Amino acid sequence: MLGAGGGTCSYEEIETTDVILLWGSNAREAHPIFFHHLMKGLRNGAVMYAVDPRRTTSAMWADAWLGIDVGSDIALANTVGREIIAAGLHHREFIERATFGFEIYAEAVEPWTLERGAEVTGVPAEVIRRMAHDYASAERAQICWTLGITEHHNATDNVRALIDLALLTGHVGRYGSGLVPIRGQNNVQGGGDMGALPDKLPGFQDVTEPAVRAKFESVWGGSVPVHRGKHISLMIEAMERKEITGLYVIGENPAQSEARAEHVRGLLAGLDFMVCQDIFMTKTAQLADVVFPAAAGWAESDGTVTNSERRVQLMRRAVEPPGESKDDLEIISLLAERMGCGWGFPSAEEVWDEVRRLSSIHAGMSYRRLEELGGLQWPCPDEDHPGTRFLHARLWEEPMTCTPAPFVPTDWVPPIDPLSGDYPIRLTTGRRLDSYNTGVQSRGYRSPLRAKAAIEVAPQDGAALGVSEGDLVSVTSRRGSIDVPIFFHRSLRPGLAFMAVHAPDEADVNLLTNDAWDPKSGTAEFKATAVRIEPAAAMS
Amino acid sequence: MDALLGPPKSVWEGGPLQASDHRVSFGGYRRSVENRRLLLPALHAVQDRIGWISQGALGYICRRLTVPPAEAYGVAGFYALLSMEEGPPRRAHVCDDVACRNAGGLDILAGLDGRPDVHPSPCLGQCDRGPAVFLQRAGEEDAVLVSTTARRVAEVLDGGAVSAPSVAVPQAGDPSLRLLRRVGVVDPASLDDYRASGGCAALARAVEMGPDAVLAEVKASNLRGRGGAAFPMGVKWEGVARSPVKPRYLICNADESEPGTFKDRVLMEGDPFALIESMIIAGLAVGAERGYLYIRAEYPLSAARLEEALARMREAGMLGEDAAGSGQMFDIEIRRGGGAYICGEETALMNSIEGKRGEPRNKPPFPTQAGLFGMPTVINNVETLVNVIDIVLEGGAAYAATGTEHSTGTKLFCLAGAVARPGVYEVEFGETLGGLIGLAGGVTGTGRLGAVLLGGAAGMFVGEEHLDMPLTFEDARDRSAALGSGVVLVYDDDADFRDAARRIAQFFRDESCGQCVPCRVGTVRQEELLARHLGGARLEEDLFDDIAKVMMDASICGLGHTASTAIRSAIDLGLLEREDG
Amino acid sequence: MADGADPPGVTLTVDGAAVAVPAGSTILDACRAAGKDQPTLCYLDNLTPVNACRVCVVEVDGNRTLAPSCSRPVEEGMAVGTDTDRVRHSRKMVYEFLASSADMGLVDEQTVRWMSYYGCDPARYGPQAGPVEDRDERTAGHHRIGDGHAAETVHQSVKVDNELYVRDYSRCILCYKCVEACGEDAQNTFAIAVAGRGFDARISTEFDVGLTDSACVFCGNCISVCPTGALMFRSEHELRAADMWEEDRQTVTRTVCSYCGVGCNLDLHVQDNRIVKVTSPIDHSVTSGHLCIKGRFGYEYVQELGDLAVTPIDEVLRRARG
Repeated sequence: MLGAGGGTCSYEEIETTDVILLWGSNAREAHPIFFHHLMKGLRNGAVMYAVDPRRTTSAMWADAWLGIDVGSDIALANTVGREIIAAGLHHREFIERATFGFEIYAEAVEPWTLERGAEVTGVPAEVIRRMAHDYASAERAQICWTLGITEHHNATDNVRALIDLALLTGHVGRYGSGLVPIRGQNNVQGGGDMGALPDKLPGFQDVTEPAVRAKFESVWGGSVPVHRGKHISLMIEAMERKEITGLYVIGENPAQSEARAEHVRGLLAGLDFMVCQDIFMTKTAQLADVVFPAAAGWAESDGTVTNSERRVQLMRRAVEPPGESKDDLEIISLLAERMGCGWGFPSAEEVWDEVRRLSSIHAGMSYRRLEELGGLQWPCPDEDHPGTRFLHARLWEEPMTCTPAPFVPTDWVPPIDPLSGDYPIRLTTGRRLDSYNTGVQSRGYRSPLRAKAAIEVAPQDGAALGVSEGDLVSVTSRRGSIDVPIFFHRSLRPGLAFMAVHAPDEADVNLLTNDAWDPKSGTAEFKATAVRIEPAAAMS
Repeated sequence: MDALLGPPKSVWEGGPLQASDHRVSFGGYRRSVENRRLLLPALHAVQDRIGWISQGALGYICRRLTVPPAEAYGVAGFYALLSMEEGPPRRAHVCDDVACRNAGGLDILAGLDGRPDVHPSPCLGQCDRGPAVFLQRAGEEDAVLVSTTARRVAEVLDGGAVSAPSVAVPQAGDPSLRLLRRVGVVDPASLDDYRASGGCAALARAVEMGPDAVLAEVKASNLRGRGGAAFPMGVKWEGVARSPVKPRYLICNADESEPGTFKDRVLMEGDPFALIESMIIAGLAVGAERGYLYIRAEYPLSAARLEEALARMREAGMLGEDAAGSGQMFDIEIRRGGGAYICGEETALMNSIEGKRGEPRNKPPFPTQAGLFGMPTVINNVETLVNVIDIVLEGGAAYAATGTEHSTGTKLFCLAGAVARPGVYEVEFGETLGGLIGLAGGVTGTGRLGAVLLGGAAGMFVGEEHLDMPLTFEDARDRSAALGSGVVLVYDDDADFRDAARRIAQFFRDESCGQCVPCRVGTVRQEELLARHLGGARLEEDLFDDIAKVMMDASICGLGHTASTAIRSAIDLGLLEREDG
Repeated sequence: MADGADPPGVTLTVDGAAVAVPAGSTILDACRAAGKDQPTLCYLDNLTPVNACRVCVVEVDGNRTLAPSCSRPVEEGMAVGTDTDRVRHSRKMVYEFLASSADMGLVDEQTVRWMSYYGCDPARYGPQAGPVEDRDERTAGHHRIGDGHAAETVHQSVKVDNELYVRDYSRCILCYKCVEACGEDAQNTFAIAVAGRGFDARISTEFDVGLTDSACVFCGNCISVCPTGALMFRSEHELRAADMWEEDRQTVTRTVCSYCGVGCNLDLHVQDNRIVKVTSPIDHSVTSGHLCIKGRFGYEYVQELGDLAVTPIDEVLRRARG
């Protein structure tokens, strides 16, 4: 994004902001405690716009809900950008001092008149105009998003389009204003922090920089590979080409979580060798040659995680892991020992202290301080540093000393999986309040809210199909077909269907989804699948 | 419902589906906050139409207003006159409170015992012509029966017609009357007659003078609130008028519910234009754009006459964008209560208007700082406000010449019980209690005074030794009494004070909102203690005092503060000891 | 806050000793600054004060009635008494009133200490009336008139309508905290509200429908703020019923929830190597003590161990899971 990848704001800032664009996020269900902060913002007078194809339980709270077509986010963002410029509401002084590339951006969005934006997104022009004006005129404003932005084939461009809006209006780098991606897992941010990215070392340091490699090599006492690694979508392609024949899977369930799941399962089964390290005997683990039973990170082992406001926090062992399962760190250390590396068995804190030596943004975060302060937000370069509440204050510093931030114009490209006569319904996916991802953890407790695995459609579509709620239907995409019960939901319009991702054993939505992925982030297009729905009886 | 709220704007508010509903919806949280104030009127609309609040109806209200069902249920169940259970289309609420119970109220209840459509009721504000019955009729207007009988009530419950009782005051025609001068004399439905009898002159004068001058006259008048707290009205008004915060509100507290009180009803039924005129003068003086007139549900005739007067005044340009040619915006909305004594407490009343449970707020902040919707608010009761007319017309100083130095003007008293001519009396401050009773024709029954319940259930019993007390705020205070809402309920010496005390204890328990512990539990423990005593046990006086003291010291509002005073006074006068009681 | 200097200070006296606190502080803040903690029931740092219980009342010179310290703002020169006769009397009475009408058997130790300090004797209101099952149907403004020989109570059966938590309203002192946590102060779900009036006021869903038919999203934030154990994890409820709840043997370990990227701190209450309850620190900026259903109840998967779990506590916990 703008330098290191992390949300620019602290949660508390949304409590005093003036305008909130909640874009592609059903935070009310997927990030309920973030939504508590957001609600405080509404109570304090913030105006909220919710951009989502569905009228979700989050969108219900918004001053205006914009029910866009799935995958038309860039069209909407560019229309908003153009309207802001056309109305003269862009922040000229900020653009001048802290950015470059404005002219190119302005030119790129010029064709995105309100009329065109309305036509492509499906949202009335007047509402787009209102959102553009309110966002641009606000003293403080935030754009918050989650997977509705990033689970698309053009995820990175979607994010860029939102960043451009913040640069256009100066809504970044000041308290209360910023860009807020809320992460889906408790350590997505921390994984990035720790270098679990194809081209980064801990602290977002580039693996291709010789000086960076030299620093790590001096501490690690070995050589760091020069080349960029592969993200998961590239790995899958490499497996298709038999370039990857062995896999070590830690805490992931790609046999169910990846798009076009049937295909991925075939690839995993065809590997020469696969090790799976997990707390459950997942579908992936069942395909593995060796399974390492692991301890549950958050309750059975020690360590740190980083949240969506860049706060590094301690996790602690509260219960002993069952049976022969072991802490991930211990498993890896044992493995290293068998492979002939004399790492010994460092504690989580010792590993963390090494991170602090090598990553300046984490340097000031001792376990003692993390404990005392309830976590610290990076960058935190030394032990006297209080942590950083919001990023990019430097863009407002006088005089400007940092590199200006670039506008990056984006083109709208519709979803890869087009609607057609055979596949007339747009299926999108999402989360429910009481469940989590593929459900392996969350199905362990008796939630009174648990919904049956099903496809949801607009009541009108259900009526047109001639089916009743609860009836079994066949849902077919260009990649596969599943039978699931159907339910009707008012939050959906005709032509739009929804499935939650939590019960792949009953309704494997990823048999349908498209594995077209974003070349920059490697995320597959989970959010936009073309399907047709038929009464199941007609098929049998 | 739609008559009240207008047709729903989208499928999201319970309307039919429109194409745009798939692409946009508006309102969200903000709409829910703004609509909340419509909750009580919406509940009333359902109650009026079908006679109870069904689950389906509550659900529809919640969808229309974006109010959570649990909250709406909590609000609805707060009010005694909103029924959460299906029942007969007509319901009779028979007053068995201090004034009516021995005037036939208990007889009606006994006569109609077992009928599911008959319920006992606290004071209905008809104490001079009891026994009174309040009738709820699904699909028709509510009605009141006075001086009635069990047979008549049964007849009406079974479909019989009702006509509104007329209003009169014993002193009608007396030239010294000020507040009551038009009651029973001038047609309350005619704006022309009102004008012909001097109405609207004060408003014209006030517009001519401008807000600052009106404020100065009100301060000079030294008028003190007639609602019980006796707070100087000018100070209240000035606090709001000088506030930099907008919008500001004016509220007329017409939730007259203190047992034994009916003076505001007589003013509203007999001279509704005067109240509207007074409110306009007040609203313009303090810079409020909107006024609320909150009237208890048990006064359907008052509400109807005020609605009518409001419409006439609006037609005449006295309200609206340019109210009475002042250049200021001012309009009035009438709100009905739902059967809750506590809503007469000013902050509870505000919560009720806001669509919340009628629970009092802690003070400070005071309404002049943060009142209705958190904004600066003047709240005065009916009698207080109506004094403004004379203050504007004759000037504050001239007004202050009546009454005494600290109690200026005239005062309305509600004479009922064992007196020859019950009714509302207007006297200059300083008249003695004995003199007032004499004005009403003296004590009836045995002809010998037993005690006077002065100030209502929240007041106290006083005996003969108080007959020489001048009725002023300062004399009452010096003699540890209070004028309260002007109740003078007279008992002869044969009265059953044990029964009266018990009814008062029952009243406070029924009417406690339940918010704070001292009052919620204290009123129960007090009633239990009294029941034990009346059942023959020794009076646990120490425990009584302990209960009384915590209610007085630690309750949130005046209900708790005064919940023991009348019973305490009855004990002190030895009224509970009489074997022949 | 990012900007703004410290507000100017206010000086007042608490029991005669001068104390200075920032403007906008409450009397309770000032008492705490002066090292004099006050009893509270309906107050919690992460909720808006409702000042309903009145157990924190203090005497302010010049005020006719006592003031709730939890919500009354300090004023320059205010003289506050926290241990005067009137204060002691009111506090004692509030505790007595509550203990004579509800089951206070599970209140925290401080409350027990305060009750003994003030010399509470709830028995002096007579024997407590037994449980009744009509409290949810009572109508405002009407009550059955008794002979006064038993002190009316809120005793009634426990409401058990789901596998996650129970509602034992015999313990409810109507402090409003659960309503606030469910509503404006945290969750904004508004599944419960105060219904009824006076002594018959109670916490209720609409028309007393079961939680599973209400708007409840089972975040359990109501449980975490309940001061009397009226709202309780099903696991705790069953362990108590089996006489196996042993708080002094439990450990509390702070960690971070695994269910999304917000990073909520969890305090895991562990007995016999099993998580039996989950709370969140109320002074942490991420949660302010509030969680969602997953963080509060989603821990079962680490201890649904099939044949591995055969200890007595597992048997009870399994029963709790229904």
